[in-house]
Amino acid sequence: MTETLSAPAPLGSPPAHEVLLDVRDMKTHFKVLDGIVPAVDGVSFSLGRGQTLGIVGESGSGKSVTALTIMRLLDIPPAVIGAESEVWFDGREILHMPLDSMRRIRGKDMAMIFQEPLTSLNPVLSIGEQIGEQVRLHLKVSRHEARDRSIESLRSVGIPSPEARIKQFPHEMSGGMRQRVMIAMALSCEPKLLIADEPTTALDVTIQAQILELLKVIQQRTGSALLLITHDLGVVAEMVDHVVVMYAGQVVEQGTANEVMLEPKAPYTMGLLESIPTAEKRGGRLSVIKGVVPSPFHLPPACRFEPRCPYAWDLCHEVAPELYPVVGSGSGRRARCHLHQAAGESRRVAALELHADAMRVGRGLKEDPA
Amino acid sequence: MTAETPQSISPAGAPLLHVKGLKKHFPIHGGILKRQVATVYAVDGVDFDVFPGEVFSLVGESGCGKTTLGRSVLRLTEPTAGEVQFDGTDIIGLPVDELRRLRRQMQIIFQDPFGSLNPRMPISDIIGEGLLAQGLTDRKARDKKVEDALETVGLRREYTRRYPHEFSGGQRQRIGVARALALEPKFIVCDEPVSALDVSIQSQVLNLLLDLRRDFNLTYLFISHNLSVIQYFSDRVGVMYLGKIMEVGTVDDLYRNARHPYTIALLSAIPDPDPRRRQKRLVLKGDVPSPVAPPPGCRFSTRCWLREQLGNPERCTTEEPELRVISTGHRVACHFEDRITATTVADRVAAQSVIDTAIAAPV
Amino acid sequence: MSDVFSNEPGIEAERLRRAEEAGEDYEVGLESLSQWQLAWRKFRHHRLALIGLGIIATLIVVAIAGPILMPFDFATIPVPDKIVYQGSPPSLAHPMGETGGLQRDVLELVVNGSRTSLFIGFSSMFIGVTIGTIVGSIAGYVGGFLDNLLMRIVDVMLSLPILFVILVAGRFFGNGSVVLIVVIFGLFSWMGVSRLVRSQFLSIRESEFVEAARAVGVRDRRIIFRHILPNAFSPIVVVASLIVAGNIIGEAFVSFLGFGVSPTTPTWGNILSNALTFIPLGNWWWPMFPGLAIILTVLAVNFIGDGLRDALDPRSRA
Ligand SMILES: Nc1ncnc2c1ncn2[C@@H]1O[C@H](COP(=O)(O)OP(=O)(O)OP(=O)(O)O)[C@@H](O)[C@H]1O
Ligand SMILES: Nc1ncnc2c1ncn2[C@@H]1O[C@H](COP(=O)(O)OP(=O)(O)OP(=O)(O)O)[C@@H](O)[C@H]1O
Ligand code: SF4
Ligand SMILES: [Mg+2]
Ligand SMILES: [Mg+2]
Repeated sequence: MTETLSAPAPLGSPPAHEVLLDVRDMKTHFKVLDGIVPAVDGVSFSLGRGQTLGIVGESGSGKSVTALTIMRLLDIPPAVIGAESEVWFDGREILHMPLDSMRRIRGKDMAMIFQEPLTSLNPVLSIGEQIGEQVRLHLKVSRHEARDRSIESLRSVGIPSPEARIKQFPHEMSGGMRQRVMIAMALSCEPKLLIADEPTTALDVTIQAQILELLKVIQQRTGSALLLITHDLGVVAEMVDHVVVMYAGQVVEQGTANEVMLEPKAPYTMGLLESIPTAEKRGGRLSVIKGVVPSPFHLPPACRFEPRCPYAWDLCHEVAPELYPVVGSGSGRRARCHLHQAAGESRRVAALELHADAMRVGRGLKEDPA
Repeated sequence: MTAETPQSISPAGAPLLHVKGLKKHFPIHGGILKRQVATVYAVDGVDFDVFPGEVFSLVGESGCGKTTLGRSVLRLTEPTAGEVQFDGTDIIGLPVDELRRLRRQMQIIFQDPFGSLNPRMPISDIIGEGLLAQGLTDRKARDKKVEDALETVGLRREYTRRYPHEFSGGQRQRIGVARALALEPKFIVCDEPVSALDVSIQSQVLNLLLDLRRDFNLTYLFISHNLSVIQYFSDRVGVMYLGKIMEVGTVDDLYRNARHPYTIALLSAIPDPDPRRRQKRLVLKGDVPSPVAPPPGCRFSTRCWLREQLGNPERCTTEEPELRVISTGHRVACHFEDRITATTVADRVAAQSVIDTAIAAPV
Repeated sequence: MSDVFSNEPGIEAERLRRAEEAGEDYEVGLESLSQWQLAWRKFRHHRLALIGLGIIATLIVVAIAGPILMPFDFATIPVPDKIVYQGSPPSLAHPMGETGGLQRDVLELVVNGSRTSLFIGFSSMFIGVTIGTIVGSIAGYVGGFLDNLLMRIVDVMLSLPILFVILVAGRFFGNGSVVLIVVIFGLFSWMGVSRLVRSQFLSIRESEFVEAARAVGVRDRRIIFRHILPNAFSPIVVVASLIVAGNIIGEAFVSFLGFGVSPTTPTWGNILSNALTFIPLGNWWWPMFPGLAIILTVLAVNFIGDGLRDALDPRSRA
């Protein structure tokens, strides 16, 4: 819809300069045969310059669609983007700007790394050509200079003898090596924002460790902001300062990584952390989140987590919860759950206590009562 | 909650599964004449025992031969060499008909909840097929058993006429479990049963597998690359690398006192969601070498940090280390395992450069 | 052996807990559609394919009923006293006009031709698909030497020129017989199918559900007929539709060259062929209507093929 938007909604005002990326009420729906998939349904978050933000959520929760919407890489249709949605990047609204202007930003100021490097690299071009092409497109430098820059960026991601490697083709490299090439390519124009969509999911643990450590070092060195998308709570905890937890197309919780991992406030996040297998839980059953993720065509009427939620009561079935500020926490701390508004006051303490108990058992700090 | 689950069985008595010197090599054919041009040493001489009632796990990176090993043990692929005994019966030499009869005692659960169920068959046939193949031709009796099995894995009896595409990933995995269970086996190979599932569904299926193990007295060979799941789930663990077992021991042996440089690196690589337990990690160099040309000597030598720290002793690349017993039930395949001390790992972590990790050491 | 699934109360409670964990109460259970019903639902949304299906259905009705309503018997055609080379253009009495020469009604010819043309297209397809499926299954399942041998036979067949074979076979079995054309076209259209089926077998044979079936002790026969073939079916259907289209054109082509069905049995191809010499006289309606029939049929069949491809692909959603 962005392309055909006849009368763009009056845009809000740009965020403060320190805010690099500001996503406001993003709605991306897909029209398919069986109906409409509300893949991203009112997502808002922001990311400061040079900072790191993680988006976690299960398969189908809308993480990739969020990233692709920011990059304007979705086909419209089938995708439909809400008219009132806005994405501010580096002081400009990018969701409604002409695609031509967006193309100049994409790859230069904003770069993306995908899960499967083999499918996102061009199989018939050598990696030198691929990086060089991008550099020349955005930085308007000579062919020779572009080559030097490509070699330099390959060297910076730890690829040995890059002068020889630029002649190789993607299929001649291992998975870990390809992901390094993707990172080198993304960083070649010194972007202000790097979006990494499950950069290590397809890799082995030991290679994942290499790539994660590399990303950390490089992010610190270049000072670019990082938007990391993953379903692995461990990866988020290690890599980012701030976390957004998504469930069924909505943000259900946000806060710093430490806050979310240590004191989750949304029942979904609480349940997820409780269910992680640990050494201390050996011999007992794992606590589980019952049920399955709802199909996008049959979303629960109010709270989307309600059918699976151990703390749900009538209200959860009747009124959709907002992303309420968490009582007694900083401004960035929010949870989408009625427990965090006045009506849930009385139940909140009990619920958080139950969770804390479960976590103590899980960490071996307390005997299993059963 | 169910404290009676036998988590720490001592490996004593006769093993239910005895594997010795098991090898599976795949020929690679090439050229116009389809001549064999190379060999994939997928599983290359593996020994282990699985005792009744225990969960024995295999962990290792992609391509190290876990699946091939699991299938060879069931003779779903013909092993190239070696011995497999199940409950005292030699499986390798068994005629096809007897093998088919033995299949009801040894089952397998697959990784991919989408690929492991025939999309064109209703659930009743998917689960009932094994019963039919084992000679239960009476439709009524079969359907009853199918429904029982469905209920046992937490699904409704009425689902028998449904098709796989109507179920979510976790539910399909339950159907896969029901298929194995319907034959009332003693032993189940679980090949990454939860790897394809979402975090919130993984724990449901793990619980189910543990409940079934207790209720039906099952023994599992559990394959996974997720070290946290293995730690929670198993009694004993074998760590595989390039078709070989590098270290075997109880969960405590491995997670508290890992002695192989590879196991140590593997454990250090797991990202931990608890920020308070965050540590600097030991990062291995390079990728796993191709199983077509495993390095001479120790297979881990190209990436081994201990070898590098010891100044690249020649022995690592000339002599293949044996799986030696270092304490009861704990075996390690490394020449220099005794050189690992409290500070070796910390020294290494302090000295490493995380950028220079793309390439393994030359042999 | 039934004691494993016993009904003790303790176990019953366990089951309930498990069922609760599985969350059985939602997601599943709204409607139960088989794969074919789902495919039909997707097919229905493919407008061109639906139109194609309509056209083919109509043509089949015409091919069956038409010749009964307007029978054509070459032997009883009265030979006019004087050969008139100019036919007559479409009129109310003859909606598609009349031919030159014997002054036949073009509609009557086209209707009668549809029976032969469709018959040739479909029956040669059946022969081709049957042979192709059998050969492909054997090659894919047995593998090894037999596979190699069969695939080399395919290579040889692909290098034979069909026109030449028709000419030679005509010498032995009589020129212009419909059955001969059907058999030859059938024998020349199985190679693609067999390659397809073979590759399907090779990939499905390795799939986890086949492995699972083997693990519970299912025998080879059942694996082939219950697991592999049903899953190989959709690509075969798609290819089959293309073969029908190809062979209808093929028949027209050989008839046009004069090697096809003899003019005593009208086919769209030989009507066209006969019209050829009369075109300079301005008999445009004579070749036009059989030509249109061919184009329409081939397009329709191709549309159906496209629709089937999308509908039977489990990955496609919209
Ligand atoms: N092109 C598309 N057409 C229709 N639906 C789509 C399309 N792309 C995504 N979706 C749907 O949008 C929802 C969100 O998908 P998304 O890819 O963002 O999930 P994700 O959180 O990235 O999951 P994963 O962890 O599996 O990558 C899903 O239900 C998906 O089926
Ligand atoms: N049928 C086959 N033909 C040739 N090579 C094979 C075959 N099956 C497996 N291999 C090779 O054998 C090696 C071991 O494969 P295997 O599937 O057992 O690994 P795995 O440990 O299960 O890996 P993953 O974690 O990816 O499942 C791989 O290099 C694989 O490419
Ligand atoms: S034998 Fe040598 S190379 Fe192998 S693990 Fe031990 S120290 Fe490392
Ligand atoms: Mg995604
Ligand atoms: Mg595997």
